Amino acid sequence: MRAALMGIYTLWLRDVTRFLRDRPRIISSAAQPLLWLFVLGLGLSTAFVRGGSPQYLRFIYPGIIAMSVLFTSIFSAISIIWDREFGFLKEVLVAPIPRWSVAIGRALGGSTVAVLQGAIILLFAPVVKVSFSVPQLIFAFIVMFMIAFSMTSFGILVAARMQTHEGFQMIMNFLLLPMFFLSGAMFPTNRGLPIWMNALVHIDPLSYGVDALREILVGMGRFSLFLDLGVIILFGTVMLSVGAYYFEKTE
Amino acid sequence: MKYKITNYWQGSKTIIEVDELKKEYNGLTAVKGVSFDVGRGEIFGFLGPNGAGKTTTISMLCTLLRPTAGHATVNGFDVARDKLAVRRSIGLVFQDPSLDERLTAVENLRFHAMIYGVPKADRDKRIPVVLELVELEGRQNDLVRTFSGGMKRRLELARGLLHQPKMLFLDEPTLGLDPQTRHHIWEYVHQLKIEEGLSIFLTTHYMDEAENCDRVAIIDHGQLIAMDTPENLKEEIGGEVIMLSTRDNRAAADEIQNKFALKAVEVNGELSLQVADGNHFMPRLIKGLETEVASISLRKPTLEDVFLKLTGRRIRDEKIEGIEQERTRRRQRGGRKV
Repeated sequence: MRAALMGIYTLWLRDVTRFLRDRPRIISSAAQPLLWLFVLGLGLSTAFVRGGSPQYLRFIYPGIIAMSVLFTSIFSAISIIWDREFGFLKEVLVAPIPRWSVAIGRALGGSTVAVLQGAIILLFAPVVKVSFSVPQLIFAFIVMFMIAFSMTSFGILVAARMQTHEGFQMIMNFLLLPMFFLSGAMFPTNRGLPIWMNALVHIDPLSYGVDALREILVGMGRFSLFLDLGVIILFGTVMLSVGAYYFEKTE
Repeated sequence: MKYKITNYWQGSKTIIEVDELKKEYNGLTAVKGVSFDVGRGEIFGFLGPNGAGKTTTISMLCTLLRPTAGHATVNGFDVARDKLAVRRSIGLVFQDPSLDERLTAVENLRFHAMIYGVPKADRDKRIPVVLELVELEGRQNDLVRTFSGGMKRRLELARGLLHQPKMLFLDEPTLGLDPQTRHHIWEYVHQLKIEEGLSIFLTTHYMDEAENCDRVAIIDHGQLIAMDTPENLKEEIGGEVIMLSTRDNRAAADEIQNKFALKAVEVNGELSLQVADGNHFMPRLIKGLETEVASISLRKPTLEDVFLKLTGRRIRDEKIEGIEQERTRRRQRGGRKV
């Protein structure tokens, strides 16, 4: 058990060390959500005359934080594939620690990095005229971590099944972007959507993460907070268990 | 085929015991039931061409691959049932690099020590020791990305030793390295054997390196075809090897077969034949041959000759490694042992 905990801690520390060292990556990863928020957000808000522009920015702000968390989570999880190609995965797989601890360590490391990346977007709250109390902020961090953990676990599951990075673009196009678009991060999903799209919105686990974050930060949620958190925790747990199982079987 | 430890190692305790170990991948048998033992403190070499099953065997012993049949123990632990105990007992240097290039040398070592459960106090003591051993102490805070191939391999060796394993596995440890680094790595290996009593299992397809082992097992097509000390293996060849190039090698080979009842094998434009007493046989040979002899030389047999005799071919891929081979051949003809 001590070995497992040490394994989890080591792999977490590795992810965080690598993240903090790579300043250009931090900046470029923050640039994209900020571009969405300010350029696309401001541009689109002129189209929603009725809602009023500050209202639209406030609406998408939690969605953009979720986006930042989602992309960072998946990218860190996917780096397992790079580890496989550069050989480092072998070093970890042959270490005297259980494989499941490798999966958990990676999930926690990826989540931490994703939360830190999301926190950068939180710094821009005054610019979009969002203000919150300290308990709100703490709660927001907890929810961000839950989103990050479930999405990293999902990424680990995908990475455990993928042998090369060639499938990466496919994941990007068929999983990541649809998940983001359907999550309600950029537009309200509670009315007027075609039935098929509404169904997909309900299937998308990120919908619940975005909803929880929105409810906490700007109070415009549609589901109950319990449902939101329940779905995220359940999704994350299932993904991590299956991912750890595949890790265990990796030869 | 079951090989037992020969007289040289008899009585010493074994660290690896392998019994009819077998591995199949999608219907292909990569390792066809190999059996051998490795003694404590022994340098044991697996010699064979690429694709012979060397890496597959090592992967099974390191618990990375599950054997299809047979069983093996390392340091007394079963490789299929007691994986974590096996992993704690061994250090590894893989054929392909396995460092985190975005971390510094010392971070790679620290993380390794952590996942191998080395206590912090020991960690802080051991890291400078292994860095010094492989002469990387000046570069310890540089990112591994900036290292040359040889430096990376040395760092991996340091990492493999960090947790003071009982058994060190080296899979083609000198592949792709320049002669100077290769020489260095061998120095470390001998030093480890003598100073720390470490047992070492290595694979190679370099003949001259296999000579450094206490015992060598020759593997081909997933089967062990010979196992003994390099000296004994070469002894089996008997006497010496004559290398001969003639105007018409095929005609000369026929002649040798008819007149001297000896089998000459053509390799890279030269005939090679094994004789008991080369000094006296050479003049007879030249006199007896009707085909014109262009050059002739006599040398002690090498492991390459052993492989040639057992399989009828050379160990190395001639197309890919032609240049390298040329160099080896020249070195062998020069009779120098490197």
